[in-house]
Amino acid sequence: MDFPIFHLDFFGDRLLIAVIAVIHVIINHGLAVGFLPLITLMEYRGYKASKNGFPEGEKWDNLAYKFMFVAFVITTTFGALTGVGIWFSAALISPASIGSLIRIFFMAWFIEWVIFMLEVIFIMIYFLTWKKSNKDFAAKKKHIIAGTALSIFSWLTMAIIVGILGFMMNSGSWVEQKSLLTGFTNPMYLPQLAFRTPMAFVMAGSIAFFLTFLFLRKDFDFKKIVLKNIAYWMFIWTPHVFFAGIYYYSLIPDLMLANLPVAIATQAFQQWYDSLLYYLIAAIIVSMLFTVWFAFKPKRVPVFAAIIPILVIIVTMGTFERFREFVRKPFVLEDYMYSNQLLLDDYKIFQNDGVLKHATYTSTPEVTKENMLEAGKNVFDITCSRCHTHHNVNSVVRKFEKLFSPNGEPLDKQKMKDYIPVMHKGRYYMPPFPGNSPETDALVEYILSIQKSDINIPGAQVNGVQISPLHLK
Amino acid sequence: MFAQLQPIPRDIPLPLPLPEWFLISVLIISFLIHILFVNLMVGGTFLTLLLEIVGLKNPRFNKLAKAIEATVTVNKSLAIVAGVAPLLGINTVYTIYFYSANALTGYAWISVVPLVIIAFLLLYLHKYTWEKYENKKVFHISILSVAFLLFLFIPLIFLSNVNLMLFPEDWASVKGFFSTLFMGNVIFRYFHFLAGTLAVNGLFFFWYFGREKYSVEEHLPGFTKDELKKYAYKLTFYVTLSQLVFGTLNFFTLPWKGVNWTLAYVFISGIIIAAVAMFLLWKELKSGNLGKRFVVIATLISVTVLFMGMGRHIYRKNVLEPHQKLVNERTMEYQKMKYELLKDTLIKK
Repeated sequence: MDFPIFHLDFFGDRLLIAVIAVIHVIINHGLAVGFLPLITLMEYRGYKASKNGFPEGEKWDNLAYKFMFVAFVITTTFGALTGVGIWFSAALISPASIGSLIRIFFMAWFIEWVIFMLEVIFIMIYFLTWKKSNKDFAAKKKHIIAGTALSIFSWLTMAIIVGILGFMMNSGSWVEQKSLLTGFTNPMYLPQLAFRTPMAFVMAGSIAFFLTFLFLRKDFDFKKIVLKNIAYWMFIWTPHVFFAGIYYYSLIPDLMLANLPVAIATQAFQQWYDSLLYYLIAAIIVSMLFTVWFAFKPKRVPVFAAIIPILVIIVTMGTFERFREFVRKPFVLEDYMYSNQLLLDDYKIFQNDGVLKHATYTSTPEVTKENMLEAGKNVFDITCSRCHTHHNVNSVVRKFEKLFSPNGEPLDKQKMKDYIPVMHKGRYYMPPFPGNSPETDALVEYILSIQKSDINIPGAQVNGVQISPLHLK
Repeated sequence: MFAQLQPIPRDIPLPLPLPEWFLISVLIISFLIHILFVNLMVGGTFLTLLLEIVGLKNPRFNKLAKAIEATVTVNKSLAIVAGVAPLLGINTVYTIYFYSANALTGYAWISVVPLVIIAFLLLYLHKYTWEKYENKKVFHISILSVAFLLFLFIPLIFLSNVNLMLFPEDWASVKGFFSTLFMGNVIFRYFHFLAGTLAVNGLFFFWYFGREKYSVEEHLPGFTKDELKKYAYKLTFYVTLSQLVFGTLNFFTLPWKGVNWTLAYVFISGIIIAAVAMFLLWKELKSGNLGKRFVVIATLISVTVLFMGMGRHIYRKNVLEPHQKLVNERTMEYQKMKYELLKDTLIKK
C-alpha cells in the first residue's frame, strides 16, 4: 500500500518470479554446480588418453570444450540475467517483503554477491584459457586443476546460498534476529544440501546425454563410449538423489508441519506431500530407464528422446521449489508479513480503520455508497492482487464460483460477505482479510460486478497511480 | 515556482542494516565499478561495429574489430555481476523511491532481463561467426547492430528509473515507461553517459593494446602499437572535450531544486581534474611519447569519475531530503499510533 502496485492480470504476479527463479535454479544446478565437475572429468579423461597415446584423447577434449561452451553461453546469458531477474521481479511484485528482507539480510546477500563475482571470474578463466591450455601437457594439467578448483568453488556457492536461503525462510531468525550462522545449523540445512548436490549432478548428466547425441551424430563409436561413461556417472549419483531425497522428505513434516496451525490444513498438506514423493520416484525411474537405454542401445535413440530426462528433472526440481513456497503461506515472511504484503501487527489497525485509509495510492480513502465499485477494486488491488487475477491465472472469480456457484450462476452476496472474514480458517494458506466491514462489502460488490465480464486490468505499470488525498503534501 | 503535490508513503519500519554512510559509500563505489564495465561493454560493442564497417574497405580494421570484441566477452559478464552490489545498496537505502520508480515503469524494467539476454546471445553469435560469415559481412554486421541498438536502448530504462525515483511529485503523472523519458533531464544524462562510455574505452584500449605482452605483430598485423595508442588517446581526448557540452547541458538541465553550491564545487573540481588529465594527454599526443604519464592520466580521470559519482549522490540527497523527512514523519506517526493501540490490547489481556 506504500508502493505503486505492479500487477499482471493475465499470468498473475507469482508466475513472473516463479518462471524466472525456476529457470535460474535449473541453470545453476544443471549447468554450473553439476556440470563443471563432469566437464573437468571429461577433460581429465582426454588428458590421460592423450598422454598414453590414444587418439580418442583429443575427442574427449573437444567434446568437453563443446560442453563447456554450451555451459558458458547459457550461464552468462540466461543464468546471470535470471539471477538479476529474481531481484527485479521480487521488487515489482513484492516490494514490501523484499525491502524488509534486505534490511535484515543485507550482509548475507553481500557475501553471496562476492562469491558470485568470484565464480564468474573463475568460469571465464576456465573457459577462455581452454584452447591455450592445449599447447602442452603441463598447461593442460594446470587447466584441469583450475577446473577442479572451479568445481569445488561452484559447489561452495551452493552450500553457502542454501544456508542463507534456509536462514531467511526460518521464522526463528526473523523474530529473534539470530546470527547468520543459524542458517547452517538449521536441521534442514544438511539434508537439503545432501539432496541438491546429487540432484545437480543428475541434471548435469541428463544434459550431457542430450549434448552427446547432438554433437556426436557422426561418430557413433566414440558416442557409444561417451554415453557409457555418462551412464556410470548417472548410476553413481542417482541413488544418492533417491536416498537423500527420501531423508529430506522424511524430515519435512516434523520441521514444517509445526508451522501449520490448523488441523484441516494437514489434509491439503498431505496431498502435496505425497505428490512430492511420487514425482521424486517417477523422476528416478525415468532417469534410470533412459540411462540404461542410452548406454546399451544408443543406435535406437532419436535425438529428441534425449530431452525427456532433462524435462523430467526440471519438473521434479520445479515441484520441490513450489512445495517450498507452498509451505511458506500464508506468510511471505513468517510470523511477520503475510503474502499480501501487510504486517501481522498492522491488522488490528486495518480491521478497524480499513486498509484504504492508510493506503498511499488509492482514489478512495474510504468506502461510500457512491464509490462502492471503485473502492472494491482498490481493495482488491491492495489485498488480493499479489496472488490473484480477475479472470485468469488463480482467478478470484473462479475461486468463489467453485465454492458458491459451480454452475456459473450469479454469486451470492451474503455468502461471500460471511465467508471472506473467515476464509483463512478453512484455507490456511490464505492470509486473513485485512479490511474492515465496509471494505468487505465493497470487495464483494466489485467481484459480483466483474463475474460475467472478461476484464483484464494491468497495474501501475500501465495505469499509473492516484495518490490518496490523506497522504499527499 | 509551482509546487506539485507529492505522495507521502510510509517507509519500511525496520532499521538500516549498517550505518547509512557505509551503505552510501558501498553504493557509490560499487556503482562506479559497475558503470566502468558497462562503459567497456557498450563502448566496446560500438567500436567493434564501427571498425567492422570501416574494415569493409580496409581489412586491417576488421582484425582490430575482432580483437576489441574479445574484450567485450569478459567485460559484459563483469558488468552484470558488478551491478548486483549497487542494486542491493540502492534497494536498501532508497527502498521507497527506487521500488516506486520500478513499479511505475514495470514492463520496461523487467524487460531489461530478456533484452540483455538477447543482446548477449547476439554478441556470442557475432563473435563465433567471424570466419563463417566472412563473405556475408552485411549479415554479420547486422547481428552486431541489433545488439548495439539494444545496448543503446537499455540504459534509457535505467536512467528513467534513477531519474523518476528523485521526483515523487511526478509519480502520479506517469503512465508507463515512455512517459518518464521527458521528465527531469533523462535525455541529457543519457548523452553524458554515452560520451563518458567512449572516453573510458579510449583509456582502456590504450592500456590493453599497449601492454608489453600483447604482440601487435601477431594479433594485429598492419598496425603498430604506437598507432593504436594514438587512436585510443585521441578517442579519449576528443570525446572528453565534447563533455564540456554534454556535461554542461546535463548540469544545467537538472531540476534546480537539487542544485546547490556544494554540488557545483564537486562537479567543478571534477572538471578541473579532468582538464589537467586532458592537458597531460594532449602533451603526450604532441610529443609522441605515448604512455609516459598514462598512470597519472588514468588516475586523474578516475578521480574525476569519483567526483561525478559523489556529485550524483549529493544531487540525489538534496532532492530527496525534504521528502524523506515527510516520509519519516508519517512512518513515526503510524508506528506511534500502532504502539498505542497494541499496548492497550496487551494491557487489556
